[in-house]
Amino acid sequence: MVRIDDRIRRIDAIEKASGKAKYLCDISLDGMLYARMVRSTIARGRIVSINVPPLPEGYYFVTADDIPEGCANSLWMIAKDWRCFASGDVRYVGETIGLLVGPSLAVLKALEESVRIEYEEMEAAISIDDAIAVKGGPILEKDDIHCSLTSQKGGDIDQILSGAAQIVEETIETGFQEHVHLETNAAICTIEDGRYTFYISCQCPFYVRKSVAGLLGLRPEDIRVKQTTTGGAFGGKEHFPDVLAGPLLVAEHKIRKPIKLVFDREEDMIYSVKRHPSKIVLKTGLDSEGNILGSDIRVYYNCGAYLSSSYVVLQRGVFHANGVYNFPATRIRGYGMATNTFPSDAFRGFGAPQTLFAIETHLDHIAAKLKVDPVEYKRRYFLRQGDETVTEGHIVEKVVLEEMLNQVAEKSGYFRKAAEYRRGSGRGIGMSFYNHGGAFTGNGEQSIIKAHLRLVKDGDRFTILCGQTEMGQGFRTILRKIVASVLEVDMDDIVYDNPDTDLVPDSGPTAASRSTMIVGRLAEEAAMQMKERMSEEHVEIETEYKHPEGHPWDQDTFKGDAYLGYGWGCACVEVEVDKLTNEVKVVGIWSSHDIGRAIDELIVHGQVNGGIVQSLGYASMEKMENRGGHFRQTSMSDYVVPTSMDFPRQEWGLVDNPYEWGPFGAKGMGELVFNGADAAYIDALERALDVTITRIPMPVEDIEGARA
Amino acid sequence: MIEFVLNGRQVRFSGNPLTRLIDVLREDFGLTGTKEGCGEGECGACSVLRNGKLTTSCLIPVGAVCGDEIVTIEGLRETEQGKCLIDCFAEAGAVQCGFCIPGMVMAAQALLLCNSHPDEDDVRLAISGNICRCTGYDLIVDAIIMASEKGAGLW
Ligand code: FES
Ligand code: FES
Repeated sequence: MVRIDDRIRRIDAIEKASGKAKYLCDISLDGMLYARMVRSTIARGRIVSINVPPLPEGYYFVTADDIPEGCANSLWMIAKDWRCFASGDVRYVGETIGLLVGPSLAVLKALEESVRIEYEEMEAAISIDDAIAVKGGPILEKDDIHCSLTSQKGGDIDQILSGAAQIVEETIETGFQEHVHLETNAAICTIEDGRYTFYISCQCPFYVRKSVAGLLGLRPEDIRVKQTTTGGAFGGKEHFPDVLAGPLLVAEHKIRKPIKLVFDREEDMIYSVKRHPSKIVLKTGLDSEGNILGSDIRVYYNCGAYLSSSYVVLQRGVFHANGVYNFPATRIRGYGMATNTFPSDAFRGFGAPQTLFAIETHLDHIAAKLKVDPVEYKRRYFLRQGDETVTEGHIVEKVVLEEMLNQVAEKSGYFRKAAEYRRGSGRGIGMSFYNHGGAFTGNGEQSIIKAHLRLVKDGDRFTILCGQTEMGQGFRTILRKIVASVLEVDMDDIVYDNPDTDLVPDSGPTAASRSTMIVGRLAEEAAMQMKERMSEEHVEIETEYKHPEGHPWDQDTFKGDAYLGYGWGCACVEVEVDKLTNEVKVVGIWSSHDIGRAIDELIVHGQVNGGIVQSLGYASMEKMENRGGHFRQTSMSDYVVPTSMDFPRQEWGLVDNPYEWGPFGAKGMGELVFNGADAAYIDALERALDVTITRIPMPVEDIEGARA
Repeated sequence: MIEFVLNGRQVRFSGNPLTRLIDVLREDFGLTGTKEGCGEGECGACSVLRNGKLTTSCLIPVGAVCGDEIVTIEGLRETEQGKCLIDCFAEAGAVQCGFCIPGMVMAAQALLLCNSHPDEDDVRLAISGNICRCTGYDLIVDAIIMASEKGAGLW
């Protein structure tokens, strides 16, 4: 029998550590063919001709022409604008033009080299500034704005700023970030029992079938998707697997043999989605005592050539642009810009990290100007329960930021060190505060997702049926633990396999830090009902998500309670910088998080540790540049992610703040832990060197430039 | 014909000697526990032991291991040392997506073979060629130190 507070082992740990787990690359089907993508090599232009060498027997080149007549050449992500295959023109480097399929990978690679595509090149817009200037002419119908929205609270911001004693204005920029999940993107498409079937490394099997069905004029339920053990995702396998699945399905339609497509690292690095680069313009008005009167914020995200899910990313960015603070007035205007870069998409945090970094850093700069401690300055504005949000909703839950701050300050010795380390002395300590709204915005869980979960009892065995995937975050263990704890049975009595869309109900995507909070709750409810019927031999219970009453949301105007439960965080980073070489040594990392309550502390520990290291990589070394549409960092040797030597052991803590509508009081946490260490690191670095930094990443070689 | 010892058994490979060792292991011998994360020596997911030393199997041609002794995760997991390591990885919560983990276990084994009582710095250095994108490494370090304690005498 397991209890929720027990320390347990992840159910997949031994299988994975002993090399027995089968990832997509480890699967081989009889008569299987391989595939290689042929992609655009220019950022923008017209395709004049595609010349394919004569193909050996058994080899195929699949393009948009193979999509049956009357079917749309589009992938239905959130928007439907991403084409399965480019045809007529290309809009970014790496856009899929065709799929080469055949029995030998070596032969396919040689063929790929000899496909010649002639283009008539057009001037491309690559950066946000290019898009604002509509460089090369509009990418969309009339401009380069994919999407936009405005949120505000308090009085008229223009008037407030015009009456301010002082205005602090600055622009803060963040770069691309590549997921580098250690398992690259990979999928197999085949036909089983007369139905198109995918084996695929992905977060959201139901997304895959919805996205690609239209290519053959099918319904989503005509396609079967089986998730395979997924070697990391971080958002990079939320929608992007569709970009592999679409061409594979069209090829399968033509060839009717199992086809396997596995990206190599270089492809996964340069021909995959990234975190949205951002440019955030902040203008804050202060009174004569330095108090904030209001803030006017413009947020630009580089969405790339297709909208895909970017509007939702931008919304989250806008709703988090105020950070964890309650300013008397704010206006946030967000713009999703179209450029000729690879489309940007989900990445842990989903639009929140960029604006959170900007507001934290902005407040650090204001505090530095006012010569007050940034933490003392920020805490004056901490959000509290009942406070109004930028969506004219309220903070529903109790906020315990003060408690978290105290926990971190005590362990790190923040206040003593902050006073002791002189600015520019080479030593610095920084602290940041952040949050992450759990689950889909507003009532999206009820109106859009409509999550379902089924729990089946067969004698002494209980099977959980839902679409949530394990990608490393521990959900297969978490969900079992929730059910086992309620039922007071062993973990081994619970079955919960990788989802197969033919066997499980759609419980919504494994994204948005919603799995534990929403689907975990459905499992808890199902288990509670099951508990009343333990004497019966066979029982099936299905639960459906219901949004708590009294928390309205209007998806057209974006007004109401955007999130019922946020995760909250406080991170502190201490650095020592060699002032001659700018070599940065991180000497301490401390954090505290409010995730409601932990379902499993060990899993939470791993998430905190990994999320913070990823965030520190984002702030420091993970530089991905785009020149003329081409990503310059093409391998793991030029795009460097943190190793075991880069950051020291972390000290971490949680505060207990049970959430009313989560299983055992739990809220979301997978993204939260990414959302703030970046700002703490930059804060520490600025203090150590007495510089003002307005962009990340800030690798060692760029620090000199920031000093000047 | 290339002959070498693979997980304690004498084996032969008659294909192209320039074939990468990782491909021979995965495709010809079906040992898929060795993973390809980068194919260029940067991530360590493909780590195996070659005569007891940690080696990235994506970088060496099979022709180069003629007469050598190669151990993969499939071989290591059958030994007491391997069982202890794998058990400690599970116990310490060191496994997330798992893709890097077989390589990490190999790196840990290579370390413990030459230093049976490593401290945290030794461990961090020993796994510094192995990238993990999920864990942030602390719990992996814990797992390896735990193995060195629980498995005292095994190495
Ligand atoms: S696959 Fe060999 S080092 Fe990455
Ligand atoms: S556990 Fe996922 S890369 Fe290490």
